[in-house]
Amino acid sequence: MEYFLSEEQKTLKSLARRIAEERILPVRAELDEKEAFPWEIIRDLANADMFRVFIPVEYEGLGGGCLDLCLVVEELSRVCSGVAVSYAASALGGFALLEYGSEEQKKKYLPDIAAGKKLTAFALTESTAGSDASAIKTTAEKVSGGYLLNGTKQFVTNGGEAELYTVIALTDKEKGARGASAFIVEKDTPGFTFGKKEKKMGIRASSTRELVFKNCLIPEGNLIGKEGLGFIMTMRILDRSRPGIAAQAVGLAQGALEAAVEYAKQRIQFGHPIFAQPVVQNMLADMAIQVEAARALTYATARMIDSGVRHFTEESAMVKVFASDVAMKVTTDAVQIFGGAGYMKDYPVEKMMRDAKITQIYEGTNQVLRSAIAFELRKRKATRE
Amino acid sequence: MNIVVCLKQVPGTTKVKIDPQTNTLIRQGIENITNPFDTYALEEGIRLKERCGGKVTAISMGPPQAEKMLRDAISTGADEAILLSDSAFAGSDTWATAYVLSKAIGKLTPCHLLICGRQTIDGDTGQVGPELAELLELPFIAYVSKIEEIDEKHIRVRRMVEEGYEIIESPLPAVLTVVKEINIPRLPSLRGLAKARNAPIPLWTAETLGIDKSMVGLAGSATRVVRIFFPERVRRSEMLPGDLESQVDTLITRLREAKLI
Repeated sequence: MEYFLSEEQKTLKSLARRIAEERILPVRAELDEKEAFPWEIIRDLANADMFRVFIPVEYEGLGGGCLDLCLVVEELSRVCSGVAVSYAASALGGFALLEYGSEEQKKKYLPDIAAGKKLTAFALTESTAGSDASAIKTTAEKVSGGYLLNGTKQFVTNGGEAELYTVIALTDKEKGARGASAFIVEKDTPGFTFGKKEKKMGIRASSTRELVFKNCLIPEGNLIGKEGLGFIMTMRILDRSRPGIAAQAVGLAQGALEAAVEYAKQRIQFGHPIFAQPVVQNMLADMAIQVEAARALTYATARMIDSGVRHFTEESAMVKVFASDVAMKVTTDAVQIFGGAGYMKDYPVEKMMRDAKITQIYEGTNQVLRSAIAFELRKRKATRE
Repeated sequence: MNIVVCLKQVPGTTKVKIDPQTNTLIRQGIENITNPFDTYALEEGIRLKERCGGKVTAISMGPPQAEKMLRDAISTGADEAILLSDSAFAGSDTWATAYVLSKAIGKLTPCHLLICGRQTIDGDTGQVGPELAELLELPFIAYVSKIEEIDEKHIRVRRMVEEGYEIIESPLPAVLTVVKEINIPRLPSLRGLAKARNAPIPLWTAETLGIDKSMVGLAGSATRVVRIFFPERVRRSEMLPGDLESQVDTLITRLREAKLI
């Protein structure tokens, strides 16, 4: 479908594809097998200016928006969503600074993020606070000289590899969610260590780790925005980042569709390529329809966000849910078309199917996001102009 | 440090055709790429610039469409690029090409280092680098696989030879040809691509370079391609009659006649 991308966006997309095919494709199976963080590829992405895409021009970025970021994530995910998420998580980790950081904080941190010298991470989830993010227990106690962090964050993408962490912690335990605040925490701050490195079903090239804070003193200047705004900032940041998960899902599904089409053309059974079987054609056609619909909704949502509208919770939840369900379905069907071969690690589709599952879970499970959509429906009595 | 890298655009496919009149490659209408060996030369130039400062100038002698390749060079980090193009250059052999390049490099002073790929994948001669050094009266080192030390006055490199490598020191300026083992060429960057889109690519013609047209093109070429063809392999077999002794005698006579022994 023609999406009327600008010349710059076309260039961006084709360069991201080139990096994916030339640098990621040859190593993706190995990265997956070894659960190895893709540092070399991160450096390639940095050299290609990919981390500049989502940073404003005044901080040495290229000033791209949500759609630009989605185009890069989609192209990387088409080949390996484990690598793509390491890139995308660095955008997520930087969003709090971008949206709510002071001029001084932006000047200090954003140029290094833009250059790809420092990866970032976003730390919200705790063992008792998943979908119920307001149940976090990590505290940030105001002391002389700054804030004292205590607690453990879980499942942090880019944990251990990133240099900069956006951490959500309670500055006022009594107020619950309204007592949460966001902080920037640098790696190697005394009292800040890394816990368990998770072993995962999919996106295995990415790093997922615990962050442990024990009397970790951070300067007062590391508070992002104001005290007590941490939770509302988090919700807005996630609204903004969810189309990125949709883009990841679209890329994954696109990669699986392409692999399935190629295989169906080559695999001979009953004397003909299996592509000749109507049942296979139907499956492939349905996959293609779903992928294109997910892409169209992703780009439309990203463009809506880039247009500067204020509220997009519902739309960003819809696109994330839709695209991730598509990715799960399409990758599962791709494995089905490959048959027994698809179940083997020699072919890429089993990895894609494993990688797809997380897109239905992280940045809001599809269930909690459906609840959010339903909540909006009830509020506006389902009328729509 | 001013570094000049010589690039050549070569046919990217195997479907090349030969012009029956001139016996040279028909370059029109074929997808072209940067000669792969030259990409290592360019990457090494960019790395040296990043290490020592200075600038990298990419030059190419070729038809007007070679400008695209020079833009690609800028997108990966060349500071500027110059296209040497003139209908008079058409059909130049390696010597005439080296002559044109040497004239252009003469205008790019001061030039501390000249880097070329070891050979092209179309002509495959590997002659332009050494001929350029000869014309410019500069030291020449072929098959460089590593630059160990460099400053504005001297260079120490590792060069590949058949059974290992040699370490060679040379004063600068000098001409190097590099092998693919020297580096992994980078991909373009977004800022590089944006810069390349609008970068001016000066066009230098025979007139700009003050070149006598009889020195270039087919007229100035010391070699002439007489014919390009797939060698025909004709096999004949013949059974020699008689007993073993007479068979051997006949065989030896035949081999002598064929001047093989």
